[in-house]
Amino acid sequence: MSQAAEKLTDYHDLDGAEMLRVSDLHAFYGESHILHGVDFDVKRGELVTLLGRNGAGRSTTLKAIMNMVGRRTGSIVINGTETLAMKPHRIPRLGIGYCPEERGIFASLDVEENLLLPPTVRSGGMGIDEIYAMFPNLFERRRSQGTRLSGGEQQMLAMARILRTGARLLLLDEITEGLAPVIVQALGEVLVKLKERGMTIVLVEQNFRFAAPLADRHFVMEHGRIIEEISAAELPSRREHLNSLLGV
Amino acid sequence: MTMIFGVPLAVFMGQLMLGLINGAFYALLSLGLAVIFGLLKIVNFAHGAMYMLGAFAALLGLQYLGLNYWVALLLVPLVVGGLGMLIERYLLRRIAHLDHLYGLLLTFGLALIFEGTLINFFGVSGSSYPTPEALQGGLNLGFMFLPTYRGWVLVAALVVCLGTWFVIERTRLGAYLRAGTENSALMQAFGVNVPQLITLTYGFGVALAALAGVLAAPLYPVSPTMGSSLLIVVFAVVVIGGMGSIIGAVITGLSMGLIEGLTKVYYPEAANTVIFLVMILVLLLRPAGLFGKEA
Repeated sequence: MSQAAEKLTDYHDLDGAEMLRVSDLHAFYGESHILHGVDFDVKRGELVTLLGRNGAGRSTTLKAIMNMVGRRTGSIVINGTETLAMKPHRIPRLGIGYCPEERGIFASLDVEENLLLPPTVRSGGMGIDEIYAMFPNLFERRRSQGTRLSGGEQQMLAMARILRTGARLLLLDEITEGLAPVIVQALGEVLVKLKERGMTIVLVEQNFRFAAPLADRHFVMEHGRIIEEISAAELPSRREHLNSLLGV
Repeated sequence: MTMIFGVPLAVFMGQLMLGLINGAFYALLSLGLAVIFGLLKIVNFAHGAMYMLGAFAALLGLQYLGLNYWVALLLVPLVVGGLGMLIERYLLRRIAHLDHLYGLLLTFGLALIFEGTLINFFGVSGSSYPTPEALQGGLNLGFMFLPTYRGWVLVAALVVCLGTWFVIERTRLGAYLRAGTENSALMQAFGVNVPQLITLTYGFGVALAALAGVLAAPLYPVSPTMGSSLLIVVFAVVVIGGMGSIIGAVITGLSMGLIEGLTKVYYPEAANTVIFLVMILVLLLRPAGLFGKEA
């Protein structure tokens, strides 16, 4: 697929190998049963989206992969390792970067401290100079308190800090939410670059027009399960069907 | 003789010095409380007992094992800090998901158990711990006489407080602590072992209390109740400084010691209550504390 992916020395596996497989995943917050048997897989170097209406269980799916919800059953295999019984802090060390919907910028840390906060999980992460080149705004504001940035800058920061860690699988939750079109466009360019570098990306997205040109496959969720899988090639012919599923 | 508002300079400076020494202990203890409250959200009522255990461990180590002051200064915080880690791991962690009130009650219960057990064996009268030889005597500063040991306590407490502040505000580990305080779930999602961080933090806060206990042993009678009487004042200091604020705990600790010392010079009757008056004023005017962030 991409040349960048082939150049990566710490990953000898071929593109197309399975990076993530979620099977019959159920998740519970206390008494409430949120996920009802989620099944999907993501291949190495792929960008997939989880689409669906609010409350369909997309964010919960990402949280369940990170072991951030209550009880879970089923199977989550990351890079060949079953993770269901793993402690939460072990899972990112398999090479996963998580960007939460609320962005999770720390108010008690300045921009650079926020950027340097997540521990390195794998070798081969982006250098700080490379990150500042990709997000010049962050460099200018590196001494500002993290939460004083604009929404767009905070989103850039939330993404940038997981690129430093060497994570190869990125779980991105609603990164375009509430941002101006010009920033959404910039984020799209960032995702293209990351994909060229061979990153595997799971994108929870409300803004389908943003996601459509970037993704290899789309998974549509409803009531806590995946109800439809649509590849990029099938998209033009199934657009209307998809719109009806998403209620747009 | 120089007089300050009708008080001889030497008397004035002497009381100020005493106040500053007390303030150093307030600072060390409230610093530990602030560190623990910041990350664990536990109001550690066992803190006074840990201070008392520190002093007792130094005393018993000297009497039964022949461990001198300097060894105790290093060893006692480690041992009592280790006890703190066991308390966090096997008691506090079990109730961490409950209301913070339960942590307060549990640590209060522990404090009573430690205190009661030691009263049973040693009574309440207290014993004295000899001032280490190297720190006996004093310095004549011209305007006042400074006992060497008190000067040492002040310097040691300041160094420890500044060191702690530096670690928390300026290092990677400190950034983990501050971030873990804000959003521990996300820190775990970055791969940080937050439960381990919490155990170490509690152990460190307790070790600070034990260190204060060793420093206090040659100054105050070593008695099982020495911690509980001090702890009330320290809680007032923490409330004035702002819960969980590191720098607030240090500055407030020292300045409350000074205010207490000044009150002793001009109106001794109020010396024991002046800190609580300040606390009430702060609670009325700035409920989050002088250095606390408004919620």
